[in-house]
Amino acid sequence: MQRFVDLTLNGIANGAIYAAAALSLVLIWRATRILNFAQAGMLMFTTFIAWTVIDHGVSYWLGFLVALASGLAMGALVERTIVRRVEGAPPLNAIIVTLGILVLLQALAGMLWGSTPRSFPPAFSIRGYEIGGHAVLFSRFDLFTVLVVAAVMAGLVALFSWTSLGLRMRASAFEPEVARLLGVRVGDMFTVGWALASLVGSLAGVLVAPSVFVSPNSFDAILVFGFTAAVIGGLDSPSGAIVGGGLLGLALSYVSGYAGSETVTLGALAILVATLMVRPAGLFAGPRERRV
Amino acid sequence: MLKVEGLHAGYGPVSALEGVSFEIRRGSVTAVLGANGAGKTTLLRTISGLVRARSGRVLLDGEDVVGEPVDRLVRLGMAHVPEGRGVITQLTVEENLRLGGLWRTGRGRDRLPGVYDLFPRLQERRAAAASTLSGGERQMLAIGRALMARPRLLLLDEPSLGLAPQLVAQIMRVLRDLSSDTGLTVLLVEQNARAALSVADHGIVLNVGRVVAQDAPARLAANDQLRHAYLGF
Amino acid sequence: MTGVARVTLARNLAIAAAAGVGLWVLTSTVSAYANVQIATMAYYFVAVAGLTVLTGQNGQVSLGHGALMAVGAYATAKIGEAVTWPLAAVLAAAALLTAIAGLLVGAAAARLRGPYLAGATLALAVGLPALATRFSDFLGASNGLTVAPPIPPASLGATFPLERWQAWIACAGALIAYVLLANLMRSGYGRAFRAVRDDEIAAQLAGYHVARTQVVAFVVSAACAGLAGGLLAVVTSVAAPGAFTLTLSVALLTGVILGGLGSLAGAVWGAAALVLLPSWSDDLSGALSLSSNVQANLALAFYGLVLIAVILVAPHGLQGALGKAIGRMWDQRRRGRAPRKEEEE
Repeated sequence: MQRFVDLTLNGIANGAIYAAAALSLVLIWRATRILNFAQAGMLMFTTFIAWTVIDHGVSYWLGFLVALASGLAMGALVERTIVRRVEGAPPLNAIIVTLGILVLLQALAGMLWGSTPRSFPPAFSIRGYEIGGHAVLFSRFDLFTVLVVAAVMAGLVALFSWTSLGLRMRASAFEPEVARLLGVRVGDMFTVGWALASLVGSLAGVLVAPSVFVSPNSFDAILVFGFTAAVIGGLDSPSGAIVGGGLLGLALSYVSGYAGSETVTLGALAILVATLMVRPAGLFAGPRERRV
Repeated sequence: MLKVEGLHAGYGPVSALEGVSFEIRRGSVTAVLGANGAGKTTLLRTISGLVRARSGRVLLDGEDVVGEPVDRLVRLGMAHVPEGRGVITQLTVEENLRLGGLWRTGRGRDRLPGVYDLFPRLQERRAAAASTLSGGERQMLAIGRALMARPRLLLLDEPSLGLAPQLVAQIMRVLRDLSSDTGLTVLLVEQNARAALSVADHGIVLNVGRVVAQDAPARLAANDQLRHAYLGF
Repeated sequence: MTGVARVTLARNLAIAAAAGVGLWVLTSTVSAYANVQIATMAYYFVAVAGLTVLTGQNGQVSLGHGALMAVGAYATAKIGEAVTWPLAAVLAAAALLTAIAGLLVGAAAARLRGPYLAGATLALAVGLPALATRFSDFLGASNGLTVAPPIPPASLGATFPLERWQAWIACAGALIAYVLLANLMRSGYGRAFRAVRDDEIAAQLAGYHVARTQVVAFVVSAACAGLAGGLLAVVTSVAAPGAFTLTLSVALLTGVILGGLGSLAGAVWGAAALVLLPSWSDDLSGALSLSSNVQANLALAFYGLVLIAVILVAPHGLQGALGKAIGRMWDQRRRGRAPRKEEEE
């Protein structure tokens, strides 16, 4: 029973990270119908930048902010320069381009920082809380993870629901042509969408960094988990991404606990395939049925 | 205020407009008529910049706007209500309306009272999801939304589509009144020629991408051959 | 076999024979190191050719073929350990096993399109190598399994170089794969692949069974990946997870793109690029005295740049490139000259 509680709490903490990764994919998919394979590379790169800043003796929190800010910038840059050309083109083009960006970023990271995994400090202690005289598998850092992801989500909800910018972004995502006819600069909205998505991705990166260590390839799994969570919730649904992340976090925590931690990625694959077979549109399938 | 000269446009290998020319005066209501596939929708989409003209000019108050991005044309005072109305169903009625006015003002609420006066039904349903609106309500929403930006020129693609005759007459009356009360220039594409001609000052008939007739509505309607061949009545 | 099919088979066999002769001469004259490169190009060709049929001819994008190569490599290692069959039989069995894996994946993937398929196969590529650690006793963990190098038969002489023998084995595999794939592409199956790729609904109306076609294409490409993996194990003498990362899957796709979607002749170029690019970038790093970090990643950076550049240069899609590839093949057919693989080596 104790183990189950431990795994559940652990699952919630991981779930928050998967939710953030999923959300970054969903935001981009909703706006531009592109599955951003480069996300893993982008968040890896911004985490490396944060690591460099922290390694030079600067405070963790400044490094944290640098990660988020560079995520924002990187998302805007990638959209403006490269992705712009494949918006509206056949899906194969976007797949190839984002893979190319992923690989290029991994290569650049390897050149700049090498392939030795670096350790990344957690924001808070990773020692489990003491409850009833013994340590639970949930630490201050885990609590921080859940809270900060929740805060960022809340911020995005507020942005989308209550601001004019959010209204323009939603319109651009739902009906880009109509939005253009209403004077919305849809291209700019896509850039903002990518920038925000990348910011959320960078958040996932710094939160998961302490446990995976930072190296060019250590964030590949996050891409898989984020994608799986997004599919579970429905690629068109931001709230689905959150729920999907939570569910996946729990499921994989149990898999890891009872079947061994190396099987986690395969577990995610199994869940992904099962979801795609049974309910391809996800739990929160919107009014627009997507043909998978 | 709008002059179209020798406009050629199309999609890929297909040519939809072949040298269309006409002029419309400020404050008038002009109807563009013709059968399905005549090029009416393409004409509006080319004027508003969604489709890039292959050759020819579109002069808005003397300025050639071919090749300008759509958002620039909107800021020059052109509003286009597309085929199917373009109501964004995932947003509420009020959000749709606000969206229309956003480029002008921060929150986009400026002209809301005016639009609600014109279409009280929209005020009743202001918080409803646009997906729950009937056809007639959606048409009101689409027009109201276009008016939020205080346009000088309003392009409408088949506003009568799918509406009962009573609603069609109502919409046409609204357009007529807007034009005469506020000096709004209206360019109206319609398959329902009779309804359109009843409120228009000027009629243009298109067939396979060419202008086959331009005249006052009364004279167009009186021409039996024309009516039977292109207008369907 | 119909008349047309017989002609096709004859022609492909002729091409393979001509190429075989060319390769025999080539491998006998170049250095041992060059023979290793030729062997590598040969097994990359098998993998890239299979993938180009899946992606170019059938329209399914797979990021998981690196993982399928791993299946072939490990199968070769395990079967070779367990039995004393001739190498050809071991490789055939490995290819068969991988084909079965391909059947499972393909059946699951048959309903997936575009980004969903890419994402699911990506998950396969990232997740499968972890199995080696999970079942470390059986699969050798991160060091992998060793494969005994193939011994050249006594009839070739006692001093016959190992590398040349490995090159012959790999090239034989490549030629067999070429003949089978070339025949397949001209056959009813090939037409089915293309019909489904171009317009699923039309294909269905024309009587093609869409899901079955997708699965067949997947199985065929998986068998090729399995064979390629087996040949890799034979040439490198090891089957280890480090050789089958996501990078490999992306590299295979790069090879497909470079060679032109759906083109077998192009797969030759693609495979060559996958071997020569790292080699050239190493030379470049040496010449410019670049740091070891840069050197290790230069080839990878090139892959990324190639993928991005191809899209930016051909923004109207790779369908255009595909159309050109098909156009080229048609032209040569009409002129009565078959594209000779040997010329293009």
